[in-house]
Amino acid sequence: MKRIENHPILTFKRGKKIKFYFEGKEMWGYEGDTIASALVANGVKVFRESLKLHRPRGFYCAIGNCSSCLMTVDGVPNVRTCITPLKEGMRVERIKGKGALHYEN
Amino acid sequence: MKTDVLVIGGGPAGMNAAIEAARAGASVTLVERQAHLGGQLVKQTHKFFGWAEKGAGTRGIQLAEEWSKAVEEHENITVMLSSEAIGLYDDGAWMIEKEGKLIPIYPKKVVIAVGAQEKTLPIENADIPGVYGAGAIQTMMHVYGVLPGEKYLIVGAGNIGVILAYQLAQAGAEVKAVVDVLPKLGGAYWVHVTKIRRMGIPLYMKHTVIEIKGTKWVEGATIAEIDEKFQPIPGTEKELDVDTIAISIGLSPLTDLMYQAGVELIWIPELGGLVPVHSENMRTNKPEIYVAGDASGIEEATTAALEGKIAGAVAAKDLGFDVNDEAIEEWKKELSQLRDAPLLERLRQGLHKLHEAAKERGLQ
Ligand SMILES: Cc1cc2nc3c(=O)[nH]c(=O)nc-3n(C[C@H](O)[C@H](O)[C@H](O)COP(=O)(O)OP(=O)(O)OC[C@H]3O[C@@H](n4cnc5c(N)ncnc54)[C@H](O)[C@@H]3O)c2cc1C
Ligand code: FES
Repeated sequence: MKRIENHPILTFKRGKKIKFYFEGKEMWGYEGDTIASALVANGVKVFRESLKLHRPRGFYCAIGNCSSCLMTVDGVPNVRTCITPLKEGMRVERIKGKGALHYEN
Repeated sequence: MKTDVLVIGGGPAGMNAAIEAARAGASVTLVERQAHLGGQLVKQTHKFFGWAEKGAGTRGIQLAEEWSKAVEEHENITVMLSSEAIGLYDDGAWMIEKEGKLIPIYPKKVVIAVGAQEKTLPIENADIPGVYGAGAIQTMMHVYGVLPGEKYLIVGAGNIGVILAYQLAQAGAEVKAVVDVLPKLGGAYWVHVTKIRRMGIPLYMKHTVIEIKGTKWVEGATIAEIDEKFQPIPGTEKELDVDTIAISIGLSPLTDLMYQAGVELIWIPELGGLVPVHSENMRTNKPEIYVAGDASGIEEATTAALEGKIAGAVAAKDLGFDVNDEAIEEWKKELSQLRDAPLLERLRQGLHKLHEAAKERGLQ
């Protein structure tokens, strides 16, 4: 779990630093990160737990196919963090159960 | 929103479908779920195999750039990024979700080029963090510049597994082993195999992973040799100190959108599992729906691109646009030449089943 600094083929032009919160804790990522890549770079492996057996889940496909990486982002549950760009001040949390939408009637 | 041709997916297949349909004069809308075009290519730092004229020898990332540029510059193509097609509605609307908003698109024709998903390993603990799809690790590494672990075991020594081993080492990670159940290497390109051997990465054939250790995340793995019935041979176990296990045991087409829209699917394991029945012209049982690329059967980027061209051109032709039939025939010829390689026997068997099924149904 680290940022790649030297690569024989690629150069990573990292954008500006972005502050976000994971379970209330301040973390940093870069513009161009997805929520998932920023979490991984910060050493976070467990993104949520499975619904029935409460087994830990991380990302799996990283391209939006599998739902392994669902989290609550700014209060919205079941966000696929692997394809959602990281934004300044985002609050990212592990989902409790299936999550609920809080619509105002 | 109205459009002549809606292309779903911005990988090699989708980009080429868009370009050809637009070239014929159709108005094209290309929707891509990610924030960038390119599909799987954006993470392929290696030089591609295949045909020199079709981009072999060029790195995947460069091919992605060339095609995206052609797409973005074409005045007939509207590109929608971070936009996911989520389904077909009864009034003919394909619903697109873009950053929390729903946008209905009413196309005359649709090319589905959504690619594939990675298969998962059916053993205990294969669901915990640290077990990742090989392509997912590539994405983290090459698109976002993040290494998700330090010490790796790679399960599956096809092209993807072998290339990943090489790329991980390039990025500074330690690859403890690559294992495969086959007795000898099948599809992996020799250049890459030679490279990982030279780097000292152990390649264990006739081996599989029999145990994944850890409760919260991966804390180690055990591999063992297997017999003819794929059962582990006692006494051959090896413990590996790894924190990440990459799974590269194959891909299967993403068929959910097709299924929902009523495209007929059949089971052809040689092509990755459930695949849409389609003709050489990439037409399906639904007259308005065409398929292309990995979504229509697992192959490679070069074939995906050619299928995309055919699908895009045929869709435009079916709408009455003036299309050069000779070009279509030429792409078909190139496809069969690419598929003629000695290593691709299994693929040819799969394609044979597919063509028989299409013929039975009278698909042109
Ligand atoms: C490790 C690795 C190495 C490879 N090496 C080679 C090589 O050396 N040579 C070679 O020829 N090929 C290689 N390939 C294979 C090649 O990358 C694929 O075959 C090719 O990218 C398939 O193209 P495609 O357009 O069908 O699908 P993809 O490239 O997967 O593109 C599909 C696109 O559709 C998008 N999408 C999916 N669902 C939706 C939706 N509902 N709405 C909107 N968009 C959606 C996806 O985000 C994606 O961008 C390699 C693949 C891998 C993983
Ligand atoms: S990791 Fe598969 S959807 Fe995000």
